[in-house]
Amino acid sequence: MYRYDQFDQALVNARVAQFRDQTARYLAGTLPADEFRHLRLRNGLYVQRFAPMLRIAIPYGTLSAKQLRMLAHIARKYDKGYGHFTTRQNIQFNWPKIEDVPDILADLATVEMHAIQTSGNCIRNVTADHLAGVARDELVDPRPYCELTRQWATEHPEFNWLPRKFKFAFSSSTTDRSATQVHDIGVHIIKNAAGEIGYEMVVGGGLGRTPVIGQVIREWLPEEDLLSYSEAILRVYNLLGRRDNIYKARIKITVKETGLAKFKEMVEAEWATIKDGPLKLKRADIARFQSFFTSFDYEASTASDTSYAEHLAKDSAFAAWAKRNLKAHRQPGYAIAFLSLKARGIAPGDVTHQQMDAIADLADRYSFGELRATHNQNLVFTDVRQADLYPLWQALVKLDLATPNIGLLTDVICCPGLDFCSLSNASSIAVAEEIFDRFESLDYQHDIGEIKLNMSGCMNGCGHHSVGHIGILGVDKKGEEWYQITLGGSSENKASLGDRTGPSVGREHIADAIQTIVHTYLELRANEDESFLACYQRVGMPPFKAALYPVAAAGEAA
Amino acid sequence: MSLLLDALGQPIRDLYLALADDAELPPVAAVIVSLSRWQAQADVLAVHAGAVAVQLPNTSDVLVLDAALLARPMLVLDFPGFADGRAYSQARRLRDRAGYPGRLRATGAAVVADQLAMMARCGISEFALREDQPLAICQAALSLEARPLPYQAAQDRSAAVFDARRG
Ligand code: SF4
Repeated sequence: MYRYDQFDQALVNARVAQFRDQTARYLAGTLPADEFRHLRLRNGLYVQRFAPMLRIAIPYGTLSAKQLRMLAHIARKYDKGYGHFTTRQNIQFNWPKIEDVPDILADLATVEMHAIQTSGNCIRNVTADHLAGVARDELVDPRPYCELTRQWATEHPEFNWLPRKFKFAFSSSTTDRSATQVHDIGVHIIKNAAGEIGYEMVVGGGLGRTPVIGQVIREWLPEEDLLSYSEAILRVYNLLGRRDNIYKARIKITVKETGLAKFKEMVEAEWATIKDGPLKLKRADIARFQSFFTSFDYEASTASDTSYAEHLAKDSAFAAWAKRNLKAHRQPGYAIAFLSLKARGIAPGDVTHQQMDAIADLADRYSFGELRATHNQNLVFTDVRQADLYPLWQALVKLDLATPNIGLLTDVICCPGLDFCSLSNASSIAVAEEIFDRFESLDYQHDIGEIKLNMSGCMNGCGHHSVGHIGILGVDKKGEEWYQITLGGSSENKASLGDRTGPSVGREHIADAIQTIVHTYLELRANEDESFLACYQRVGMPPFKAALYPVAAAGEAA
Repeated sequence: MSLLLDALGQPIRDLYLALADDAELPPVAAVIVSLSRWQAQADVLAVHAGAVAVQLPNTSDVLVLDAALLARPMLVLDFPGFADGRAYSQARRLRDRAGYPGRLRATGAAVVADQLAMMARCGISEFALREDQPLAICQAALSLEARPLPYQAAQDRSAAVFDARRG
């Protein structure tokens, strides 16, 4: 993984000192509250429903065991003993004290971490495929390009006060696992006919109130031009983006209102003047960043292991976990193991400090001391020897991190909702739990197969409901919690936004409604291999609507 | 009068008089006029005995400024609120693309200690501080020694981290 040099470290240290000074001025009353708000947001600090919330960057989801131990320490020392992994591969703490935050940031800096630009209207943490470097369908590891982008975006002098937040996601594989089409800029790393590396640039995607699928602004961008082209897009957006209406300020609206052709013309004109300037990447720059992301020293002998097959045959619980939570690795004898953060009774994405410490130890023992956070709010050990899978699984069972539900119905994406967020209309975590109870039987879940259930507590869509195969959105009706359901959304290759089923349903009917949708699918599917999404794309909304509304109509007032 | 600092944080005397659009042009003084006044009274202002600087709205396209404007000794950019960063991009374009060599002054409610360093990096050369700003903190914010080498090459330093690493 990337390691800081003296320049990176100096920047992060200076940032801690700067924020310490700003916090002190705010607490002394010499920095106005509204200005401190902008500054603290750019250091990850929100003020939520009950307490401040601190969001810490995990660039492109890659984390070391040492860093995770520090997060455990922070959870213990400054918080209530746990943290929450988010849909953008970051981690949030929900209970820090404002006056402690400079110390927390100083602790983070000792392990090459920070909270810079994790909120506020600036360029946010860059996300990438959580299987980067080990996925079988990958062209090149996207992380060197992500790190280049991270550095270019960090404290960029011109783009700290954008019209609205700005998010990058990278993908370099046949299957898009990082939802690139619903980001402000999605970068697809590709190869041209001549065998050169470059990018397909997608712009103007986004979730939230007005979800939009991004459009290709440039089909081929040479490898050395990533940063100059990004700078051109950002400059045009900074000058053109709307500042009169917060709901129209994202680049997706700028592109829509300007028209892609005109927007592209402006970007290209800007780019032409800067492409050969200092942002042009040299081969040696790229090679330097790539040198941090080489593959581990795999042992060839592990391929001849037979114990894994024996355990699979003997232990059906292990076999169920292996079937669901392991993915094939490039290297024979190795596997990719998912740690499910979706156990019954915990909020999706939550991890306690004890779990964090234990996971760090397991990562050291079984996965070269590194792990990944996924945008589905789970964790991944990317490089586990086949022979180690059984002891790893046993350890994970004890930690309640071995629920074999990756990609299944209870592997929900869910925002903190009513429980923490001041913007929420409705509880998302409690609904997740009810659905967990309803679909507790794993056999049943396995029968249903791959399905993405995404939930957000309000229109802001932090739970990515509009790209869930089933999406649930909390809405407020005269102070009561209601839920709007969408079907057929997807953030994968052919990204699509879900269609609304009809009127929203009340709190007491939401679990029934989901059950009805699932039953309908099971009846309609062509065969066991037809996933929920494929089935929905074939049959469309009518049969689901027909099944849903006799049940839900009883709860719908008008 | 608000305090005026140069790019290194040294207080400088403000020789310019900011002129309201309907105020009479004084005979010799250096003045700042709005872009619309400049456009309406170009002939008169061109022969004015004192220096004439022009204040640009942060919505104006600085790439279409004519030679007479780019020949001004000073252009003034507006940073109206804490969250409105359009003038940062105007400054970059004026320096990098239009090659504007004159003084670039920042005015407005966002000319505060916490924004000065980034303004300087985008090519702002003087700062009309908001009234409530403590001098020492503003000077500290502008001190080059206190600031680590940034990732991006910009106006205030020729080299950035990328160049330093290239050796
Ligand atoms: S979706 Fe709404 S309720 Fe949920 S975390 Fe985001 S802003 Fe809060």
